[in-house]
Amino acid sequence: MANVTIDGIKVSVPDGSTILQAAQVAGVRVPTLCYHPDQAVKANCRVCVCEVEGQRLLQAACSQPVYDGMVVKTHSPKVVEARKTILELILAHHPQDCLSCIRNQNCELQALAEEYAIRENPFEKMVRGLPKDTSTPSIVRDPDKCVLCRRCVYACSVFQSVNALGLENRGNHAMVVPSLGKDLLDSPCVMCGQCIHACPVGAITENEQIDEFLAAVADPDKVVVTQIAPAIRVAIGEEVGMKTGEMPMEVFVAGLRQLGFDYVLHTNFTADLTILEEGNELLKRLKEGGKLPMFTSCSPGWINFCETFYPDLLDNLSTCKSPQQMFGALVKTYWAEKMGIDPAKIYSVSIMPCTAKKFEASRPEMKDSGFRDVDLVLTTREVGRLFRMAGIDFSKLAPSKFDSWMGAYTGAAVIFGATGGVMEAALRTVYEVVTGKTLEDLNFTFARGMEGIKEAEIDLDGTKVKVAIGHGLANARKLMDQVRAGQSPYHFIEIMACPGGCIGGGGQPLTKANVKRAERIDAIYVEDEGLPLRKSHENPEVKVLYEEFLHEPLGHKSHELLHTHYTPKNKKFL
Amino acid sequence: MADYKEIITRYKDLPGGIIEAYHAIQKEQSYLPEEAIIAAAEVFEIPVKDAYGVATFYSMFSVKSRGKNVIRICESAPCHIAGAADVVAALEKELGIKMGETTPDGKFALEFTECVGQCQATPVITINGKPYGDITADKIPAILAEYK
Repeated sequence: MANVTIDGIKVSVPDGSTILQAAQVAGVRVPTLCYHPDQAVKANCRVCVCEVEGQRLLQAACSQPVYDGMVVKTHSPKVVEARKTILELILAHHPQDCLSCIRNQNCELQALAEEYAIRENPFEKMVRGLPKDTSTPSIVRDPDKCVLCRRCVYACSVFQSVNALGLENRGNHAMVVPSLGKDLLDSPCVMCGQCIHACPVGAITENEQIDEFLAAVADPDKVVVTQIAPAIRVAIGEEVGMKTGEMPMEVFVAGLRQLGFDYVLHTNFTADLTILEEGNELLKRLKEGGKLPMFTSCSPGWINFCETFYPDLLDNLSTCKSPQQMFGALVKTYWAEKMGIDPAKIYSVSIMPCTAKKFEASRPEMKDSGFRDVDLVLTTREVGRLFRMAGIDFSKLAPSKFDSWMGAYTGAAVIFGATGGVMEAALRTVYEVVTGKTLEDLNFTFARGMEGIKEAEIDLDGTKVKVAIGHGLANARKLMDQVRAGQSPYHFIEIMACPGGCIGGGGQPLTKANVKRAERIDAIYVEDEGLPLRKSHENPEVKVLYEEFLHEPLGHKSHELLHTHYTPKNKKFL
Repeated sequence: MADYKEIITRYKDLPGGIIEAYHAIQKEQSYLPEEAIIAAAEVFEIPVKDAYGVATFYSMFSVKSRGKNVIRICESAPCHIAGAADVVAALEKELGIKMGETTPDGKFALEFTECVGQCQATPVITINGKPYGDITADKIPAILAEYK
């Protein structure tokens, strides 16, 4: 242990701690910009510099280890002056368009400029004037705003092993660019959006489509229908001043009606449906010697990853469309028929925790209803903005129920939002289908939590099934390399592109640390526990769907509307 | 087209070998084509974004096509004082291009460089890495003739 004095406060911290860690123990907040709690230390922004007694130069708190007897001043006049200069230099290269920036009031640089009372900037403005990169339907890069912290590069290469983003040039000319300096679309980018969470400023953002939504609602000829993904409810409250998980589902539904949606339905309905289709697909593969291990196919970032990096393993992917796209195909066929609404008038909007969903909805094959199945995808953040725009006071809003036929759901669908949830939901159903017995304990706790790769062997009344769960694409890569090498012991693998699963998706309220992801996961299981039905095959509306329309899992209609195929991306470089 | 992989593989086991490999490619080609960077990533088993990062980090490498003979003019203080600006003007006039450009026949490219360590003979230019000292405008046609 080292005894350290931070601003006169004496603390004892483990050897090898940094000044920043010691300051946290002392309850002193040192400002940071390039520092990220889940990433390696980069120490390139210098905003966290502190004065160490006996040393002439200021030291970066995030990287400087403490020693016994160290005396640190975190905000002496010398430190404050240096920090102001550092911020002024960063701001001299940064467009001063905070008012119209998507990160207005949610920007780490803006917050620092406010904290340090930056008024006049003595340095000449030198903004590069680079064009925005709008090549993908999911993510927009605005390189002028980049502060070169490299947090996005770390997220893309270390968390996701995608390596789409890197550095170009050096010194004053250095820039973060997609590989080979191309557009994002030409790079190996899978559109997961983890770079957005990592970015402290507005240099990488979602492709915001709020105006398209407002135009649809204003059009009297359109019937605007929405679906909400399983991971949204636990997080949307964070956008409107509530705690994680605090937004009651029916108040959320009422809020969506206030925004002008004609019908509010639930992706959870098709999550339950996915379990029936995918569960039966797994059983069929097990019985008939189909391609194993079978991979889940709900996560569009994961599908992009597989098509980009593992085109040789596409047959291992479940052919099930994601719940979003199953919903899209059904809302303009089954639901339209049931409601007596002309499908041509339906404008189908999905609310997703995900940037890759915007791409998925735009895939050319996703038109099995005879129309574009999902017309618009809004992320949780965009819906948060719409709620604030509409001035909705959720504390006074009367609860409202989901509309019929595609709004019912079980706890098994709710947990789709967390890593391991699809696996657990599938096991709840597959167990009962195979054994014909009622499952006594519904909680497959091995599947839960933030551990990168989870595995188990499940005994289905004599039939042993080995399963694995990976979240974050770097973990997916480990499982995939095993499969490619012919050494995978598993029958069924769940992969979610984003760390923590969809609750940590690229479209969720900005999530700087994994601590927040764990909090959302807890809220997901609380919701599951509280529901009367927790097994997908008990969903009453899914039963009606099979009785009246689909007739059987993996049947003719299912193949037409609910299953898909995959295509190698043939990217030129990885 | 050169067989990039074959060239690059010669440097595979060298520490920092990618830099030597890039030099070897530039010797043949005077710049690093995209295919060479992709090949380097494969040989050194690193992501393409990192192979590209190395290629753009060092000013000796160019990822853009440029003239076969690269002429660099030192713009550091000693050469500047000794009249580098006149040398620039003379080279631009002689070749009919501006700094940073390549002649239409693809023979010459003009670039700036920092100090090349020949301050005893300012102003200095280098052509394909070979230094020429005490340059004056009237010496230029003769020097260029060696490369024409």
